[in-house]
Amino acid sequence: MSSYLLRRVLYAFPILLGVNIITFFLFFVVNSPDDMARMHLGNKYVTVDAIEKWKSERGYDRPLFFNAEEEGRKKILNTIFYTKTVKLFVFDFGQSDSGRDIGYDVSERMWPSLMITLPILILGLFLTISLALAIAFFRATYLDTFAVVMCVCMMSISGLFYIIGGQYLFSKLLKIVPISGFDDGFLAIKFLLLPIIVGVVGGLGNGTRWYRTIFLEEINRDYVRTARSKGLSEKVVLYVHVLRNGMIPILTGVVALLPSLFLGSLITEAFFGIPGLGSYTIEAIQSQDFSIVRAMVFLGSALYILGLVLTDVSYTFVDPRISLS
Amino acid sequence: MALSFRWCFLGCILMGLLACRESPWNNPYPPKDDTTNIYYSSFAERPKHLDPVSSYSEGEAIFTAQIYEPIAQYHFFDRPYRLVPLTAERLPDPFYLNTNGEVIGADSLDSEIAEVIYRINIKKGIQYQPHPSLAKSKDGRYVYHDLDVRDLDKVSVLSDFELSGTRELIADDYVYQIKRLMLPSKHSPIAGFMARYIKDFAPFGERLRAQNLLGQPVELGKISFQGAKVIDRYTYEVRLTRKYPQFIYWLAMSFFAPVPWEADAFYNQPGMKERNLSLDWYPVGTGPYMLTENNPNRRMVLERNPNFRGELFPEYSRALKETGNAKAGGIMPFIDKAYFSLEKESIPAWTKFIQGYYDSSGVVAESFDQTISFSAAGEPHLTDEMLKQEIDLLTSTKSSISYLGFNMVDPILGGDSERSRLLRRAISIAVDYEELISIFANGRGQAAQGPLPPGIFGYSPGEEGINHYVYDWIDGRPSRKPLTEAQDLLKQAGYQGGIDSTTGEPLTLFFDTVSSGPGSKARLNWYRKQFKKLGIELVVRATDYNRFQEKVRKGSAQIFSWGWNADYPDPENFLFLLYGANAKVVSQGENAVNYQNVEFDKLFLKIRSMPDSIDRKKLIAEMLEILRRDAPWVWGFHPTSYVLKHSWYGNADPNLMARNTLKYKTIDPYKRMQKRKSWNTPIVWPALLGIFFLIIMALPAWFVYHARDRSRAR
Repeated sequence: MSSYLLRRVLYAFPILLGVNIITFFLFFVVNSPDDMARMHLGNKYVTVDAIEKWKSERGYDRPLFFNAEEEGRKKILNTIFYTKTVKLFVFDFGQSDSGRDIGYDVSERMWPSLMITLPILILGLFLTISLALAIAFFRATYLDTFAVVMCVCMMSISGLFYIIGGQYLFSKLLKIVPISGFDDGFLAIKFLLLPIIVGVVGGLGNGTRWYRTIFLEEINRDYVRTARSKGLSEKVVLYVHVLRNGMIPILTGVVALLPSLFLGSLITEAFFGIPGLGSYTIEAIQSQDFSIVRAMVFLGSALYILGLVLTDVSYTFVDPRISLS
Repeated sequence: MALSFRWCFLGCILMGLLACRESPWNNPYPPKDDTTNIYYSSFAERPKHLDPVSSYSEGEAIFTAQIYEPIAQYHFFDRPYRLVPLTAERLPDPFYLNTNGEVIGADSLDSEIAEVIYRINIKKGIQYQPHPSLAKSKDGRYVYHDLDVRDLDKVSVLSDFELSGTRELIADDYVYQIKRLMLPSKHSPIAGFMARYIKDFAPFGERLRAQNLLGQPVELGKISFQGAKVIDRYTYEVRLTRKYPQFIYWLAMSFFAPVPWEADAFYNQPGMKERNLSLDWYPVGTGPYMLTENNPNRRMVLERNPNFRGELFPEYSRALKETGNAKAGGIMPFIDKAYFSLEKESIPAWTKFIQGYYDSSGVVAESFDQTISFSAAGEPHLTDEMLKQEIDLLTSTKSSISYLGFNMVDPILGGDSERSRLLRRAISIAVDYEELISIFANGRGQAAQGPLPPGIFGYSPGEEGINHYVYDWIDGRPSRKPLTEAQDLLKQAGYQGGIDSTTGEPLTLFFDTVSSGPGSKARLNWYRKQFKKLGIELVVRATDYNRFQEKVRKGSAQIFSWGWNADYPDPENFLFLLYGANAKVVSQGENAVNYQNVEFDKLFLKIRSMPDSIDRKKLIAEMLEILRRDAPWVWGFHPTSYVLKHSWYGNADPNLMARNTLKYKTIDPYKRMQKRKSWNTPIVWPALLGIFFLIIMALPAWFVYHARDRSRAR
């Protein structure tokens, strides 16, 4: 396994470099350093001199990829791409174009995001798997049909509707929980209840239907018939045998998501006033802050690679026939 | 089943306990704050800069204006807006020197004036807020001015520094800040602009830049320049190279507020930047409030500055009359704390205002009809729903303008020919801004008659002030000229029915705009319809923000929508938008339409340095006549601000020039608590009913499951 892991880590470097090049190219096709300077300096009294000074201060006065005016290695080293990219590989994200430390901002903002996404994932998984197993148990009955119809209806409703509807119902009409906001420690619970419920309910239809399909495949297998004929209770048959054998596709969908839980959800955090990472990248794109954009794309890519590696490793735990070499 | 019963019982106990709480369940604030003197508000976009050198947006001024104190401020009540001393003993009267250094009169010709000197005396005894940069040990050394990176291991926010100190405000702090405007690392938006007026400012900036490029530390305290200097502990002067009466307004902005050198020395230490500890995030001022919590992604908190000297509320008796509250008079500030929460979406912000968790709010588009109704005369009134909650509506016309600009270097629309002038005037009549205000702004605006908004010297209300090229005065109000007049003008211009008489081709014009979502489609269609009334085809060229700005800079945009917010209440701040030398294509100035008129420019140079007087008004009237005749803009509208406030929130009169108005406000926390309780009684039974139905629905499945389980092989 260690050689496998080492190989995957080494594969990550060219992938991350490629992602960086594409991000860099896409960003600067749309925005020139002059445009970025104007965005940061505002609309009033902006002079050409001020723009040049801003670019010089932040290192955007260099060529993008290739510096023809320099000699030797400096042709590559003294460019925006090199100076802005190389430190990413040691996870030194530097300062944003507005002067804030990106690493600090990420470390501050990721925990509120996690306080929403992790409970949603855990509760959501528990509920959807339990419901899917129950529906699989009642397969080919009215209950099964009814459940599938409900799942399709719930899937068809936009997540935004759940958010606005949940806020309207529980905060505005029933006045049970605050409509938005955040607090530290245990005091955050009253602010997290509603977004977690909304997140879980919003994902219920999709998840339940998907897992139902997986469990239906398993439940008709010979080993299940054998288990029943041995006198095992339905609970044991479902939760021990069927669930375990259905874990591979579940893990494929879930484990890969784990690292990106830190990155939060843009819409949920915006409506519920959660100070997370969800909007960090979008705001950076809107304000043309390349430093943040490249840091977050890099971080997102690295987390995605990590998620895929974790998924492969998790297979070995649920299926002893699988080994990584 | 026994287990389920146990959970239900526990749930009921929990509900009971929650019901005993004093504070409503949906209260987003700690219950202990229910009766405290705190002002609650929100902000939609996080402030980028709080350093007075860089801070320029309204969203940032909400905070900086309560912390920093320039030498002057706008009187809270008086209209037209006027400046009064804040930290200065009195407003400075500039004196003028000729080329020989002799003092000459204020009425001397501009060409005779070589220098203008503003000498400012500041009040004694003003103290800074407590701040770690000012903390001193018993032997007089600064405690936190010699820090190592390791000393900051346990520091993540400013409050992690145990000690803080203060000192008296001195004149040098103002001069220090003026120097900071030229720091290359700060990119002050007004540095280039001020370099045109402040003596030796541009060369000073070059010297700083050269030092910076050489990697030498810049110690502003040791570098001087001729444009600003300290005379004594409480006196400093600023020297300008020419007469600029509007400079006093700039002195009243936070760009010219004092900054102690200790703040820079503290924040420039290694490790501070990495922890986001800088003047941009933790300002230091002498104002009535200080920023004690800065989490721009969640909440920003202003607290009363314990070292603030106190300020007498202007016109005590008027305050008493308006609020009926004896506490409204007296020494400011009245509020202890202000919590500003980040609300990116309008729905939660609005709901919290209705529930009493924000003390004031704008009117959101989604709830406009629920909130405002218009009388037959077009006056806005609150709906019964709002009146039931004793909510008040405050309206005021903003000192800003939104207009449609014609690029005056365009071959069809621009230039000084009668043909293009008639075409522009025809379009000015056809584009019905009253309709635009009604449809797209919910009636929140006043159609503009020229570039000057109400409240600015030179603006004339009533018949005297209408744009008679576009309006007639009928039954005591301006009435837009009929479309037939516009068509007649078009015919005179040689474009009858929208056909160019010289080429025989239909006239097609291009509207350059920033592309945005589906919301802008309706407005763009509306513009097309306005031009279609004249038979003119309007083609919309939507592009991204950067390309749009580039087009305007290069003079390749034909028609575009633009606007301007007043920096200060002087007509020069609007008329300079049409001054020839400020044309975008000429000097990258603020004259976005590149308007050039020799007569207008001459008058502008005359009035810009005149004090308000009858003569000045006459000259401005002449300038407005030139502009209306030439029609470089379709004059657009002046937006109206609608602010809603709760009954417990006092002294909330709108003052759209002053930003430092938090100190005037009052809160009645007990009234607020009572209202919140009565508006937010939790309704639990629907949720319990829902849970009950879910259990009922699951019961048959439970029974079937048990039956099957019992029938399994054993």
